[in-house]
Amino acid sequence: MKLRDIAHSRTGDKGDISNISVIAYDEADFPLIEAAVTPERVKELFREVVHGEVVRYALPGIGALNFVMQKALGGGVTRSLALDAHGKCLASALLDLEIPDRAS
Amino acid sequence: MKTIRIGSGAGYSGDRIEPAVELAEKGEIQYLVFECLAERTIAIAQGAKLKDPSKGYDPLLADRMRAVLGLCHAKGIRIITNMGAANPAAAAARTREIAQSLGLHGLKIAAVTGDDVLAELKSGGHRIEETGAPVSSMADKLVSANAYLGAAQIVEALKAGADVVITGRVADPALFLAPQIAEFGWAMDDWDRLGKGTVVGHLLECAGQVTGGYFADPGVKDVAALARLGFPIAEVSEDGGAVITKVAGSGGAVTAATCKEQLLYEIHDPSTYLTPDVIADFSRVTFIQEGPDRVRVAGATGRARPETLKVSVGYLDSYIGEGQMSYAGPGALARGRLALEIVRERLALTGVKATELRFDLIGVNSIHGEALSTADGREPYEVRVRVVGRTDSLKEAVRIGNEVETLYTNGPASGGGATKSAKDVVAMLSALLPRGLAKPAIAYVEA
Repeated sequence: MKLRDIAHSRTGDKGDISNISVIAYDEADFPLIEAAVTPERVKELFREVVHGEVVRYALPGIGALNFVMQKALGGGVTRSLALDAHGKCLASALLDLEIPDRAS
Repeated sequence: MKTIRIGSGAGYSGDRIEPAVELAEKGEIQYLVFECLAERTIAIAQGAKLKDPSKGYDPLLADRMRAVLGLCHAKGIRIITNMGAANPAAAAARTREIAQSLGLHGLKIAAVTGDDVLAELKSGGHRIEETGAPVSSMADKLVSANAYLGAAQIVEALKAGADVVITGRVADPALFLAPQIAEFGWAMDDWDRLGKGTVVGHLLECAGQVTGGYFADPGVKDVAALARLGFPIAEVSEDGGAVITKVAGSGGAVTAATCKEQLLYEIHDPSTYLTPDVIADFSRVTFIQEGPDRVRVAGATGRARPETLKVSVGYLDSYIGEGQMSYAGPGALARGRLALEIVRERLALTGVKATELRFDLIGVNSIHGEALSTADGREPYEVRVRVVGRTDSLKEAVRIGNEVETLYTNGPASGGGATKSAKDVVAMLSALLPRGLAKPAIAYVEA
């Protein structure tokens, strides 16, 4: 299944750093998301966009992850040559990630 | 226990105005806060102030004040805003003029200044955070340096009876934290309460983003009546407890999910959210849906505030030139690709000096590059080519757009809708300044 089936997401920007939240609709799915959406996978997914390190923070209390990605915005919103200078569309790209189905 | 209601009337400079009027009319609020200052806005405003010393505040300040000042005055709602941008004093003077033109009397307007630290930053041995370079090495390119001030001066102005408080660069959550401190008498080192007040500010600072704005994904996350989106209200009590809600009957939704997205918006380590007032810890925040459009937020804490202030440094970085043109119908993608190849070759042939270039096919690969945009074999009906580059002069930047425009008579068949632009780029970097070097001040005018 797709990550989008069980989670929602929003991207924010600060300087040249982009952060993406991944939030489980049902907090019971959080362990599955935590196992599937590793910083390594996110770094690989965004290899053409993100040129710095990717760090992941977990917020199990609300069933959410926060990915902080360095050098992701072409030097920052004001100097970026990108059409989406804020990197706002990154959240929807991450939700397209294929993840293992729930064990039935 | 004492409770106050704070409304968020704007999430950015260009935001809608009617939801703020709705809050003033029906929100039963005591405070209306307008957060209107993005990272780069203040550098642009500094430029405007250089050209005209009476300018440099938010372009929508007059419209917003005209829309809400009368209502707020009649109901005793106090206004807090960073619409002062690069010139809070001029913004206060303009607000007084508007109050007078509306026939309002007895209005006290405070302007908080002192966030402009360009002189202090230039004179010391300070360094740019991102590059480690000394600030002095870029002295001739510096446009602005504004420190993020905290809640203290807003609190002082509110205690002095200000009806309207206008600031320049202040940490966004501080605009919302200040009325909580002023009303509840929290100590400026009550870190736990300041942490709780800061999460409320963070949830409200983007206005509609917590009431269902920027959330809808049809069929997956539906949100009702986005054209009439209501802006948020925080109902805060003395002990730091808070409920996020909105005006009954307005569009949008306040749910645990909208609150979670906003909690993580533009934050890095959730346990260490740095503000000038407190290091807030959001890592154990929880949300409980107490009723329709009523979400209780709990679990935020805080630690002692940082000793340094973050400074946003604006500098003249480079120039950007851009050109675009559309292709449609059968073979559009191939003609678009050919157009990009032609411009690439032309830029080399004519010796345009660009330090960085992008060749995008809008509708195909322009957002996330080729790898993520893998086609399933189908061709788009239409495609728009985009060439953009960074240069060291405006003259050079203009040449990039020209090479796209000349595709009209020299490029592939049936290209249309060419546009071009060239602009200078004021970019932002950060520096950290010892807090004592900023000298905040408050000036009052009365209408």
